[in-house]
Amino acid sequence: MLTETLDIDVAAFEAGTGWEIKPEGACKGEVCVPLGGGDFDPVATAERLGMAIVRDEQRGLFALGPESFNGRALPTAEAPEVVLEDLDGREVRLSSFRGTKVVLVAWAPY
Amino acid sequence: MRSELRAEHGDTIEIITVSVETDGADASREFIEAAAPEHPSLLDRHHQLERRFGVVNIPNVVWIDEAGMVVRPAEAGWAGPAEYPEWLATIMEERAREAEAAGKDPMAALQAGQDRDTYADAIRDWAAKGPESEFALSPDAAVAASQPRGDDQSAAAAHFELGQQLWRDGDREGAFAHWRETHRLAPDAWTYKRQAWSLVGNEAMGGGDFGRFVQFPGPDQDWPFDGDFNTDTGALAPGEYYPKTL
Repeated sequence: MLTETLDIDVAAFEAGTGWEIKPEGACKGEVCVPLGGGDFDPVATAERLGMAIVRDEQRGLFALGPESFNGRALPTAEAPEVVLEDLDGREVRLSSFRGTKVVLVAWAPY
Repeated sequence: MRSELRAEHGDTIEIITVSVETDGADASREFIEAAAPEHPSLLDRHHQLERRFGVVNIPNVVWIDEAGMVVRPAEAGWAGPAEYPEWLATIMEERAREAEAAGKDPMAALQAGQDRDTYADAIRDWAAKGPESEFALSPDAAVAASQPRGDDQSAAAAHFELGQQLWRDGDREGAFAHWRETHRLAPDAWTYKRQAWSLVGNEAMGGGDFGRFVQFPGPDQDWPFDGDFNTDTGALAPGEYYPKTL
């Protein structure tokens, strides 16, 4: 996620990373990573989840990389939510295909 | 073949194609319209699929069951033969004929690895048998089979995202600096390489039909990256580009 500040509130962190902040920790699907309690600390949470924090000095812009704490791209087999667009710019949520098997094919014009 | 799959199993399986392309609809439209797909054809202009699913190359395929569980994580795969616009198919055929006439097979290393012809059969098997299919992985196995990711891969993705924002804002040098870091930290993340090379190659070609496939420097071109498509794929052993997972 891109952010101009590391003073990220819970809602922005959840929307940007797909991780939910709950009493038991940062959670995605059935996986919860304990955070040690206390007030939400976005930097400590990112570190706990193995999210790299990279700064562009000139722009004063930060990027939080994806989680890596378990050494794999997927922390859980529960498919993450992804909001995509169709050719007309309409939003399509991957979760809207629940109830059917999905074969997601990533391609590109390059 | 994609439409065959849909005809055979369309009531239980949905093929969704997603174009992972920074330039979004403008760059993808021609290909989508040429293929005239019956299935949903979507756009990921923020490269979320790499971060969320561990997509590292195209084509990469992810299988998700009815309950929303990943049963095969991102891997090289083909739901059927690729569908190209006619002009591109013609160029590819010409190149292949030239290589053959010269006694060379420059695509050998790229064609090795995952079996292109039987991948769709595995999808069919899963469509018919569901969790009983030998190709459907348990949740733990699906997580374990997803792409390796450590600090370097996370930082590479963060640099890519920053670079993409700077590129859109017109800060080319700033974008290139981040993408060079992405490529250094995650040399096997091919979409991050191909996307960056393609944006620069396309620009140098002044767009046009073939511009996005020019992923190497032209004569006397100032090329802002340490690698390019020909050099980087030329250094691979057979099977490394599309690793065999089935």
